[in-house]
Amino acid sequence: MGRRPRRRVAVVGAGMTLFMRRALETGKELAYYAASQALESAGVRLRDVQAVVMATAPDAFDGVHMKGEWLLDGAGGVRRPYLRAYVGGGSGVFSIISGWSLVASGLCDLALVVAEEKMSSCQPHPQAAFLTIFDHILERPLGPNLLWIFALEQQRYMAAYGIRNEDIALVSVKNKRNALAHPCAQVAADLTVRDVLASEVVAWPVHRLMVSPVSDGAAAVVLAAEDLAPRLTDRPVWIQGVGWSLDTSYWGNRDLAYPRYVERAARMAYAMAGITEPRRQIHIAEPYDPFAYKELHHLEGLLLADRGKAPEDLAAGRFDRTGELPSCPSGGLMGVGNPIAAAGLMKVCELFWQLRQEAGARQVPGNPERGVAQAWGDLMQIGTVVVLGVR
Amino acid sequence: MTDRVAIVGVGATPPRPVSADRSYREMVFEAASRAYADAGLTAADVDSVVSVAEDFHEGTSITDEYVPDQLGAVLRPVHTVAADGLGGVAAAVALIRSGIADRVVVEAHAKASNVRRPGQVLALALDPIYERLPGISPHYVAGMEMRRYLHETGTPEQAVAMVVVKNRRHALAHPAAAFGALLDPEAVRASLPVCEPLREMHISPAADGAVVLVLASAEAAAHSPRPVWIRGIGWASDTPWLATRGWAQASYAALAAEMAYRMAGMSDPAREIRFAEVDDTYAYKELQHLEAVRLAAPGEAARMVLEGETRRGGRLPVNPSGGSLGLGHCYDASALYRVVEAVRQIRGEAGPVQVAGATVGLVVSWRGIPTQSGGVLVLGAA
Repeated sequence: MGRRPRRRVAVVGAGMTLFMRRALETGKELAYYAASQALESAGVRLRDVQAVVMATAPDAFDGVHMKGEWLLDGAGGVRRPYLRAYVGGGSGVFSIISGWSLVASGLCDLALVVAEEKMSSCQPHPQAAFLTIFDHILERPLGPNLLWIFALEQQRYMAAYGIRNEDIALVSVKNKRNALAHPCAQVAADLTVRDVLASEVVAWPVHRLMVSPVSDGAAAVVLAAEDLAPRLTDRPVWIQGVGWSLDTSYWGNRDLAYPRYVERAARMAYAMAGITEPRRQIHIAEPYDPFAYKELHHLEGLLLADRGKAPEDLAAGRFDRTGELPSCPSGGLMGVGNPIAAAGLMKVCELFWQLRQEAGARQVPGNPERGVAQAWGDLMQIGTVVVLGVR
Repeated sequence: MTDRVAIVGVGATPPRPVSADRSYREMVFEAASRAYADAGLTAADVDSVVSVAEDFHEGTSITDEYVPDQLGAVLRPVHTVAADGLGGVAAAVALIRSGIADRVVVEAHAKASNVRRPGQVLALALDPIYERLPGISPHYVAGMEMRRYLHETGTPEQAVAMVVVKNRRHALAHPAAAFGALLDPEAVRASLPVCEPLREMHISPAADGAVVLVLASAEAAAHSPRPVWIRGIGWASDTPWLATRGWAQASYAALAAEMAYRMAGMSDPAREIRFAEVDDTYAYKELQHLEAVRLAAPGEAARMVLEGETRRGGRLPVNPSGGSLGLGHCYDASALYRVVEAVRQIRGEAGPVQVAGATVGLVVSWRGIPTQSGGVLVLGAA
């Protein structure tokens, strides 16, 4: 893997809904809003779309079996090839990889990629849906939940490199502040490290303000083939590289201090994009940040910071919007919100807007030419990476 | 490079109504071992994996977590699609044709015997507000569709019964089939109604099984002993709503076939295709699908089955393996069982169920009620 694809693919339109708790719209409607906006921004009509890719995380959120089939009319999948690709929390970024493969292969020239999540339908709390992700025999009898296992991972990360919780709380501060400039943001706020550490402990060392919220929302992008893209827009944003990697299901056997699967995925995407020095050649990063520590963890896996040193870079301002490598200028999942699959594609939308200089108050300075978006999920197991650039 | 993609290895476990002795991961390991051996490869030669699964069938959320180990694909580019088996094949074809992968594995399995209330799971696929009728079997959707199909095409119920008789008789010769039988059409017609005119024996019985395919680019397939070429693939969905669908015709299969035939450069599929492995989740579906993919004129499929044209020795053998009615229905893995059977036919390795002159074959898949989603695959010896 990692060879040059046969033809190039560009993002030519993007759209997203507000991210919020308890949207009144159905999942179909959320998908429709994001898809319509993406089509409009690309200047194409649904009838021009040759295939639709859908990403949406567990069916258990909605209590609907074959949820992808149920959502398909909202996403514009009627009377055309429609595919729901998923890799848990990594699905949002994987959806553009799936759409990319359909266009790069020549199976179609114009594809619509939609990511939707409505977590609030799951009562009393969507965390309950995650109780069913664990191995039936080995793990479920122990009654683990997601917060516990991510707390374990954060703990391991901190212990391996001598990181303090204050260092990690700074991610919440940065991202929630960045999100103040995002019109779709759900939990933007101007906070201090003190505020974050004063919030209740959910599962030590994770505090409530170090966890992304429960969200509803959708995001969408339109992908066009090499020949078609320049006819649709003067500023196509090219998909330069894609990568994904799934680690073993037996997470208890792995060292959680470092996300090696993210590194594998990143190396695959960088090789395709011709990136040899990621820190110099990548100008914006949108790493996955459902928990505060994950942004740091993932920046290291993406080879954008030394192992265990991302907290120092953060404290020095390197990842600020005006820093050397702006990270999560959107506000990320910590600030904009986390409708799971939609959150990953929101990061891709952010790169699209940033690289086209359309990010408004969130615009990073200089002329960023290349960005990387990444998502993560399953049992701390999958890395999905896409590199976008103006050339 | 060329666009051509081949199936270079197939492996499957024999579908069984119960498999208490093995987990699905063990079954997948067995299917993968067989597929890799069949292709003359090892897991290390595989670039990427596509698995096909639905959470509610697994009883696990985010079930893609449990894919890599039993396939030898840890730390590799692995992803899952919620589609029927042909959706997985389509995703693999896209990866190979994109130029970034030479060999891609497609995996699907079913542990249907673990699903204690399959009707309940199926009911959850219906829209929760408008379509889910408490206490009523979701098979009502198939009953309504069958009624409309029989009505609009003038197909007699006898023809549907003959599909059951034919497929279960075909299965009798299949060394791996669990549901082979010599039946009288009257026995089918006398079976209990589920939602009239749909009867119990029209519904293919659920089974456990795992299938693994190895797909390869033309360059990679050059080293393969027995490639079978994917000449065309198509997949499509129509409206998910019960209220706005056509009911009589399988429109999704017609759209998918159009896409697949275009890719295969086939203008007259009925002349070129020598046999078909067609979704028969419900017996009437075989007839409906044959018409949708233009292997039978509208209303003609009934005549074909009644006159024996679709028997193994007939003009156009349909489900010579026994189909899902004879082999068992393995949820979304069913489509991959159809592909395995078609590959064996084209290789001339189908043993007692071999069709003479099986050079070009068609596979038609469907996701089951209440969906209008399915796929079409054209396979050829060259």
